Amino acid sequence: MTPMLLADITVFVLSLLVGFEVITKVPATLHTPLMSGANAIHGAVVIGVMLLAGSTHSTLGYVVVAIAAALAAMNVTGGYVVTDRMLRMFRSRGSRGGQR
Amino acid sequence: MSDFDTTTHLLYLGAAICFVLGLHLMTSPATARRGNLLSAAGMTLAVVVTVAILWRDGSISSTGLAALVGGLAVGSGAGVVTAKRVAMTSMPELISLFNAAGGGAAALIALGDILNHGVLSAAARPVSTTLTMALDTLLGGLTLSGSLVAAGKLAGKLPGRPVSSRFNRPLNVLLGLLTLVLAGFVTAGAGGVTTLSLLGLVALALGVLVTLPIGGADMPVVISLLNACTGTAVAMAGFVLDSTPLIIAGALVGAAGTILTMLMAEAMNRSLFSVLAGGFGSGDSDPVALAGGGSYRTVEVDDAALQLAYASRVVIVPGYGLAAAQAQHEVVALAKALSEQGVDVSYGIHPVAGRMPGHMNVLLAEADAPYEQMQDLEEANAVFPTTDVVLVVGANDVTNPAARRPGNPVSGMPILDVDRARSVVVIKRSMGQGYAGVDNELYTEPVTAMLFGDAKQVLTRLVAALRTYV
Repeated sequence: MTPMLLADITVFVLSLLVGFEVITKVPATLHTPLMSGANAIHGAVVIGVMLLAGSTHSTLGYVVVAIAAALAAMNVTGGYVVTDRMLRMFRSRGSRGGQR
Repeated sequence: MSDFDTTTHLLYLGAAICFVLGLHLMTSPATARRGNLLSAAGMTLAVVVTVAILWRDGSISSTGLAALVGGLAVGSGAGVVTAKRVAMTSMPELISLFNAAGGGAAALIALGDILNHGVLSAAARPVSTTLTMALDTLLGGLTLSGSLVAAGKLAGKLPGRPVSSRFNRPLNVLLGLLTLVLAGFVTAGAGGVTTLSLLGLVALALGVLVTLPIGGADMPVVISLLNACTGTAVAMAGFVLDSTPLIIAGALVGAAGTILTMLMAEAMNRSLFSVLAGGFGSGDSDPVALAGGGSYRTVEVDDAALQLAYASRVVIVPGYGLAAAQAQHEVVALAKALSEQGVDVSYGIHPVAGRMPGHMNVLLAEADAPYEQMQDLEEANAVFPTTDVVLVVGANDVTNPAARRPGNPVSGMPILDVDRARSVVVIKRSMGQGYAGVDNELYTEPVTAMLFGDAKQVLTRLVAALRTYV
């Protein structure tokens, strides 16, 4: 095993543990926005597509890059926008100016 | 390591910190929005850093750049437009659709990588790369087709009922074995683009076959599980490309999705195994007349309105029927009218009310209900004994007292103890059964009165009656 692979595995395992720790404390109220927010975070796949594009030099490869870029961009932008739309609606009584 | 490499690495670390802190801030309604924005800021940072890496590296061809930018522009446009236009009630299928896109992109990374490197030779690519490549393709393909089927079922474009035949099981076993063989070939470095593409196609077929037999009622659990799968696929793509931000983000979501899946299955009184075994719940709630099973009392709109107006505490229990009737604005209007009469109004929200956990809270928030009025299961159960009227709107199984007894399909499911209130009014189209397919004993309790009709119309008439008589 190369040191790089070992570091990758360490990061992977610790990230899993952090994910478990952070998520166990979320109230049921926020489960739908959370699922949507987590969905947006795996939109990080867009970074992978960008890196892939850097080493692509064939026609078929370009087609793959274009499709993957469209899918990943849809995941990441749509995911964040829709999550924000949901969370914007969670307002408290105090924040709506004068109303009870 | 050059200064540039060090800087980009540290900036990626900063992005990862944003993801983790963002998720952490999403644990409270007051900070949730900031959390999502922080996570988005982290994502923007990671993208900018990647642009800098591509710029400095300089190996991207002009055609590659055009393909990348074109794809990104089309995808972002489609994502933003659908995200802004979608109705809040269609949220579950949209999340599923975005999840499918992420899975597809992750699977394509493996394909693109193998295309760039030519054949997979064991000498050229270490096993850690070929193994993660196989897993990436498998999980990505599975979530792509599985999420599309799930979205189709939720949107009513595919039948919500479980679709299966006696060939399902043998076919699944056959495809499962085929997957293992193909993944083995890829991992061993034998075979190239063709083998990997075949693996992807088999994974797509498997995703459809696994999701189709699962009923509409269980779809939230399935979407959550597929979300976790996509996360893991993205982490695998990170191993293939040796990219830390992908590994971190993917693993975070893999863990989050898994926890969320288990919480949902638990709240629905379903084991993950029985969800995946399929055949439960229709998703299409056609009113079915009750055959026998005790007598019930009905109430007219005007009487119910007076009963509500003179109560000191009212708890509204919204359920799937409310979401289906899109009556969230009407229910909030009623709550406001009652508040104006000095009635203490709150919402008792079951963890799985609506079409997925937390969905009801979103719908009510959209209609401008303050989140302080939304009580979860424990909070609501604590106030029911001192509540004058509980108004049940389109909720069924989650209020069935039979759940407290063993020996029936809803046994052991956490329920809202609405029968402990002084009186209960149930707004419902008919005496039909819920997903669990059992009669709700609440309806024949002496404290309960049935108010038949479409939730939206009944609620509007209740508000009108309040204005007229009080």
